[in-house]
Amino acid sequence: MKAIVTILAVAALGSVPLWLRDPYLLNALITTGIFVIGAMSLNLLLGFTGQLSLGHIAFFGIGAYVSALTSLGFDIGLPGGFRLVHAPWPPIVGFVLAILIAGLCGYFVGLLSFRVRGAYFVIVTISFAEVVRLVALNWVELTQGPLALTNIPSIALPLPGFGELTLRTKFHNYYLVLVVALIAYLLIARLVHSHFGRAMRGLMENETLAVSVGIDVTRTLTIAAVISAAIAGAAGSLYAHYIRIIDPEVFAFINTVTMVIMVISGGKGSLAGPVVGGLIFGLLPVALRPVMAPEAQWIAYGGVLIAILFVLPRGIVPSLAQRFMRRRSGAPALAPVTLTETSAKEPA
Amino acid sequence: MSEFLQHLINMLVLGGTYALLGIGLTLIFGIMNVVNFTHGVLYTFGAYIMFIVVQQLGLNFFLALPVAVLAGWLLGAAIELTLLRPLRGSDIDTTMLVMIGAWIAMQSGTLWIWGGVAKSVATPFPEAPLVLGPVSVSWLRLFVLAAAAMLILVTYLLINKTSLGRAMRATFQDHDTASLMGVNVDMIYTSTFAIGSSLAAAAGALLGPVYVIFPQMGDLAAVKAFAIVILGGLGNITGAVIGGFILALAEELGAGYVSSGYRDAMGFLIIIAVLIFRPTGLFARAERVG
Repeated sequence: MKAIVTILAVAALGSVPLWLRDPYLLNALITTGIFVIGAMSLNLLLGFTGQLSLGHIAFFGIGAYVSALTSLGFDIGLPGGFRLVHAPWPPIVGFVLAILIAGLCGYFVGLLSFRVRGAYFVIVTISFAEVVRLVALNWVELTQGPLALTNIPSIALPLPGFGELTLRTKFHNYYLVLVVALIAYLLIARLVHSHFGRAMRGLMENETLAVSVGIDVTRTLTIAAVISAAIAGAAGSLYAHYIRIIDPEVFAFINTVTMVIMVISGGKGSLAGPVVGGLIFGLLPVALRPVMAPEAQWIAYGGVLIAILFVLPRGIVPSLAQRFMRRRSGAPALAPVTLTETSAKEPA
Repeated sequence: MSEFLQHLINMLVLGGTYALLGIGLTLIFGIMNVVNFTHGVLYTFGAYIMFIVVQQLGLNFFLALPVAVLAGWLLGAAIELTLLRPLRGSDIDTTMLVMIGAWIAMQSGTLWIWGGVAKSVATPFPEAPLVLGPVSVSWLRLFVLAAAAMLILVTYLLINKTSLGRAMRATFQDHDTASLMGVNVDMIYTSTFAIGSSLAAAAGALLGPVYVIFPQMGDLAAVKAFAIVILGGLGNITGAVIGGFILALAEELGAGYVSSGYRDAMGFLIIIAVLIFRPTGLFARAERVG
């Protein structure tokens, strides 16, 4: 049943560029898709380990900058009179490096942050994102600062026997984003349903109990942070090569908030949640554009976030799923997963 | 040397308003356990009240400060009653996200009403600065420092010498017990939020004329306030005052001797460093209100 829904949803999404000819809408769908990937990665932390990271855009932005700089090349002075010169590499290498380096940053932030929890964790992550933004703004030699990195090449896929396919059009980029999103979705789904996923949820629900049965908190949370950051880095790379210009505004806090809203509204801790929430909130500005001034749209955005937290605190997907299950079985839906014997046997 | 003295003078002026911001946030954070993302918007709001009173209504500059404090108090109370009271008992993440929603909506509201063009406020102070040997300081900045010092003193007396302050301290230590002793905890929460908000608005009203007034001015102020709170320790008013001055000093020295582009990075670096090395703040033993 669930598989059918998933396949239908993918088929529907896959058919869009075949009938949708409006470039504005297609563009909105592509950028929304990129942010949905970011939201899915955020959900891995927020929904499955319970850690609210409000600096998530840092990994997205680092991915974007790494990928852009790899494919554009740079020439910077280092202390001691040395120069570091990098000749442009193919964008696809930039994509891979973006994933690796964002993941590495996720490792350090993970190590650093999980020493502190709750409100302090949130503030550390915000601070990290802001420091990275200020570096991007002020290290003009590397990043061009506010002048932005321009003319970022599109991703080119090497096709054995056919040369290269440069993904320049919206049509191409739509499918690129869709494929990466699918891979990210499957990866997260696989992870969540593994032993490791149960360890994560065990930690989220009762840390003391989880630790007492031998789950290594720091290790589990750090791995989750690395994977989450790496996926966000991939999304950032897609963004850089699609938009083809990036400036330090990519690190703006509002972009993190957008991802958080996508996760919370769709339903944190639900695999489909960020996708549903992401499509709704990514396309909401498109729907509101003809009827509202941009400032009024943002007022509505904040208002909707508050309304969702008041009315549907668990998010759209879990609330709908619960209603659907109740109707089918005539009984209350399953209680939330708790730490049972299965995860108690978890090897650390 | 004279350059260093000049930095110290600037630090005093900046530190006073930072302390106001920090005290407001540390009260809210400490007593209510709410990560208040609207703190920066209240700061912006205070600055715009200054602009309205002085530039649009043409009233006295010195009247604008009490008006801003009062307006901040009312707006804070309204936020607490409509958004936080219904969420009492829900987890900290939910209230934090609601506060983020309120922040986005209110900041966009500011942008909608007053537009994105930066505003400045005319002040009654002479243009020529006060010169003291090798350093100089503008009269406006001196007034800002004096007003901030006065507000800090008033807050200190309020917390330590009044029955409301005693009830707030009791609520901070243990809200269940305070409630059993007859403290109206709901009223304490609303008062705390209103007082904290009025201090943020006062800081905005004081610094607005020094710089320029624009809708996003509160974002950095909010993060700086968080840095101050973390530096000083949760709920620690003295810590917030000292933290405000330390942050101001770090910013002045960072901007003066490293690079002015990284002035605003100081707050974040302080947050990260403090949380790595002394997560409970610099004055951990005194972690209580008062």
